Amino acid sequence: MTGGRSTVRSICSVAFCVALLASGACSRRQQDPAAAFPASNDVAGWTRTSNVRTFEAADLWKYIDGEVEKYLKAGVQRGSTADYKFQNKVEAVVDIYTMSNADGAAQVFNSEPPGDAKPVQLGDAARLFSQSLVFRKGRYLVRIVAYEESPAAPQAFLALGRGIGQQLGE
Amino acid sequence: MRRDEGTTRRDFLRTCITGTAVLSVSSGGALLDAAEQTSALAKSKVVVARDPVLRGAASTVDSQRVLKLLDQAMQTLFGADHPAESWKKMVRPGERVGLKVNALGGRAFSSNLQLVEAICERLQEAGIKARDIIIFDRDTEELERSGFHISTEGNRIQCFGTDQLGYEDDLVTYGSVGSRLSKILSRNCDVLINLPVLKDHDGAGVSMALKNMYGVIHNPNKYHPNGCNPYIADVNMLPDIRTKMRLTICDATTATYEGGPGYKPQYSWKNNALIVSPDPVALDYVGWQMIERKRAEKGLKTLEAEKRAPLYIATAADAQHRLGTNDPKRIAVVEV
Repeated sequence: MTGGRSTVRSICSVAFCVALLASGACSRRQQDPAAAFPASNDVAGWTRTSNVRTFEAADLWKYIDGEVEKYLKAGVQRGSTADYKFQNKVEAVVDIYTMSNADGAAQVFNSEPPGDAKPVQLGDAARLFSQSLVFRKGRYLVRIVAYEESPAAPQAFLALGRGIGQQLGE
Repeated sequence: MRRDEGTTRRDFLRTCITGTAVLSVSSGGALLDAAEQTSALAKSKVVVARDPVLRGAASTVDSQRVLKLLDQAMQTLFGADHPAESWKKMVRPGERVGLKVNALGGRAFSSNLQLVEAICERLQEAGIKARDIIIFDRDTEELERSGFHISTEGNRIQCFGTDQLGYEDDLVTYGSVGSRLSKILSRNCDVLINLPVLKDHDGAGVSMALKNMYGVIHNPNKYHPNGCNPYIADVNMLPDIRTKMRLTICDATTATYEGGPGYKPQYSWKNNALIVSPDPVALDYVGWQMIERKRAEKGLKTLEAEKRAPLYIATAADAQHRLGTNDPKRIAVVEV
């Protein structure tokens, strides 16, 4: 009986440790948005053409100028960005903003008029336009913007967005 | 900084009254034709030049068409028969000309490369040496990312960011602002041609000529509260900005009516236009109205209803600043 209890205790301890480690790994993944930028060919057809640049809240104005006020009010912690190319045709910029919480991501997302967006299933809420995709997932706000219109862009954005969404993993 | 002793205080005051102080204070006789014309009409001229097929079938603007559009705008502004004639009223050989572009919006939404090339071509035809032309903004990497070719040496046109030369050590102040100026502006330019982009701006309401000068100071992040008012007007009162800026050529080929200043294609339109004026206040007023018309067309509230009307424009025109006029009765908008 004592041996059985000990085994159960050991299994519980191991399970607890695994859960702790998993939670730690997940937390680390959430804290490093740079890791959420897919590498080249992680998403079919997409190549990353630049390094990820990250701007902490105090320096975010250097990247988004006056728009930063809106993000600061919504509790932005940092913004990260990288350039991508789809099949050597569509050039795009991906931005991931890490907010303090999901309300902050929703605040920025909801401040933008939906216009002629197509609603799509991605993250907690998403809008797909002919030349861009915006979605939020947990405390992250993700924006994919192409330089030019292309018939292939919207579906390609969705694929890239889903790749990013999986990495954000909340 | 080289000054023109030929400009009298009376000239300065006269042009202040007509809202073109920035045009003549550093330029003297060469620009007086335009100033006299403005004075006689008591109006600031703002030229809006459009070409509906500026892009042809492509998404980027056609170099030859943008050159023609620029010529049309400049000749209309200066009443000149030939392109070179209008540019010779703007600049003189030996002057060092700074082109302050806006490269914040990346490749899709920065001062148009073809437009900048066209301006450089005309400046050289007017007698400005290639090495005396400097294309600049805050950051070299930003310029590169926007498609500009960086060049810092030789007899070629120069193109680099203030990060290469730095900012002056001493603060210059006016009203609510105290800033260190880009050494490119303070040391390397006699004349400033302002090349902003027509944008909605989340904080200021709109961003064009006056707001683009945030790119020549070291601390623009300090001046975004209260709709950037009175900061934008105060920044434009800093002597090197006020005395060197002769002309604004606003790139309105692609413009945004919402979600700015970053590029949000869903709130942008292919406007295929240039807005040109020596009066940055009048230009900002005209550009603001253009954005409001597009907002109305899209069913959006006015900027005032959204509590972000660009109040800085009125401040720039007030008795303390006199950087130009925001009175529609004193603005002559010429559409070509």
